[in-house]
Amino acid sequence: MTADQYNFAYLDEQTKRMIRRAILKGLAVPGYQVPFASREMPMPYGWGTGGVQVTAATLVPDDRLKVIDQGADDTTNAVSIRKFFERTAGVAVTEATTEASIIQTRHRIPETPLREGQILVYQVPIPEPLRFLEPRETETRKMHALEEYGLMHVKLYEDIARHGTIATAYAYPVQVEGRYVMDPSPIPKFDNPKLESPAIQLFGAGREQRIYALPPYTQVVSLDFEDHPFDPSRADYPCAVCGAVDSYLDEVITDDAGGRMFLCSDTDYCGQRQAAGHTGTEGAP
Amino acid sequence: MTAALEQPLLQVRGVTKHYGARLGCGDVSFDLWPGEVMGIVGESGSGKSTLLSCLAGHLPPDAGEVRFDVDGSLRDTLQLTEPERRRLHRTDWAFVHQHARDGLRMGVSAGGNVGERLMAIGARNYGEIRSQAADWLNRVEIAAERMDDRPTAFSGGMQQRLQIARNLVTGPRLVFMDEPTGGLDVSVQARLLDLLRGLVREMGLSAIIVTHDLAVVRLLADRLMVMKDGRVVEQGLTDQVLDDPQHGYTQLLVSSVLQV
Ligand SMILES: Nc1ncnc2c1ncn2[C@@H]1O[C@H](COP(=O)(O)OP(=O)(O)O)[C@@H](O)[C@H]1O
Ligand SMILES: [Mg+2]
Repeated sequence: MTADQYNFAYLDEQTKRMIRRAILKGLAVPGYQVPFASREMPMPYGWGTGGVQVTAATLVPDDRLKVIDQGADDTTNAVSIRKFFERTAGVAVTEATTEASIIQTRHRIPETPLREGQILVYQVPIPEPLRFLEPRETETRKMHALEEYGLMHVKLYEDIARHGTIATAYAYPVQVEGRYVMDPSPIPKFDNPKLESPAIQLFGAGREQRIYALPPYTQVVSLDFEDHPFDPSRADYPCAVCGAVDSYLDEVITDDAGGRMFLCSDTDYCGQRQAAGHTGTEGAP
Repeated sequence: MTAALEQPLLQVRGVTKHYGARLGCGDVSFDLWPGEVMGIVGESGSGKSTLLSCLAGHLPPDAGEVRFDVDGSLRDTLQLTEPERRRLHRTDWAFVHQHARDGLRMGVSAGGNVGERLMAIGARNYGEIRSQAADWLNRVEIAAERMDDRPTAFSGGMQQRLQIARNLVTGPRLVFMDEPTGGLDVSVQARLLDLLRGLVREMGLSAIIVTHDLAVVRLLADRLMVMKDGRVVEQGLTDQVLDDPQHGYTQLLVSSVLQV
């Protein structure tokens, strides 16, 4: 089968319509998990088939697509998803956050603030934030329907009891517009404040067959206790290459002797800063 | 305040439940007054658990009404919407299961188990939740240093005491208990009974306690209903029923206990 035998963006129009209906419903009810009939995609589930289907249903020919994995455009996962859409949709691609009209992401929100008109598509492994304490799907649905969210705080309580502080660092639960409690996917809690955004945010879980969404400027509150308020903490270092003190950092082991350094996880952000002349301790100007 | 005393807390009328052709419980009626403990006794299979499940809204009866005092007026709880019923279960009602693991979250610490009901009704201050949980663990004689342990590490008696603390922490207006001392060693039972009696007195609890053990109702219940084959055969004040049983079945029940 050659590339031109695929429909635009791989999925057939029927399927895309079905997915778009789920997306629209998700946007109409922010934070609510909409079931959809997930399709087999030519990649394993762990590779973000939910996000890929949402992107496929959202793309139009003059879109410019950016794909990141843990903030980087050049990981195997990001590269292969980008190639997939270059091949099946023929869309332009970019690594620059500001140039992209659609950004598919796994585990990060770009550092560069998003703007109106952009769409951020998240790959979601486990969409149900209540799953940790309540394995029954029938029960979690009821809990969402009736706004019975006490269990989320039990989870945070357990965190503090065990670690002295809310140790949840990824997939930190949020409440959307005072209504649905939502799992923001495994982004670091550092990114949670960015969930209130001018961009449209779409979340796709392939294996669990759920889509949910945040329309622009939706209120998103990270759950916490009065005496243990939400803290989007960040490692207390500048980026070793670009000197940024406001970005999320990856720790990189540099040698066998325990040497390490901290680098921006957002490769585009780091690159833009370097291009603008910023340097860190390791930065070659 | 007198108005509250003039009206039962719970009014049960004609509650009937069949399992296919078999009778679970038939045509049960009684009133429970505020601060009163009602014991339901009878041998295994007499319909006690079925009745309790119907009263607590876990099992829909075929017929009958279960009216509960909501803001001063008696409302048929069987007609409540599901959100209303679930709300009742989180706030005014509590249910202590025979097997603690049915009523506990085994993957959550003891403190978290007790705190859950507080958080379910909106508590959002960790320190306050924790100190209330600590207070309740103390009241059910669970050492403070076990607060962050999971109930899987607890003995059967401790698990049952934890389940009781978890249920009572929000001060429910009505507590349902199904064989709360069942399945425990005799010495453990005695300690639990003692504790329950203390709590009932201190808190002025209104409760319905199902048991096959007459010693339990002797200690805890103000009034007694005796069930046989799904029917109530005798009811009255506990001491009266136990000391001067009128129905032949009750006489048998009482005498068999005396032989033990
Ligand atoms: N789920 C069920 N399905 C069918 N029959 C049941 C069920 N539960 C109880 N029964 C029957 O209903 C009667 C009353 O049982 P139950 O309420 O459990 O009695 P008790 O609690 O007094 O031991 C018994 O005959 C029992 O076999
Ligand atoms: Mg029983």
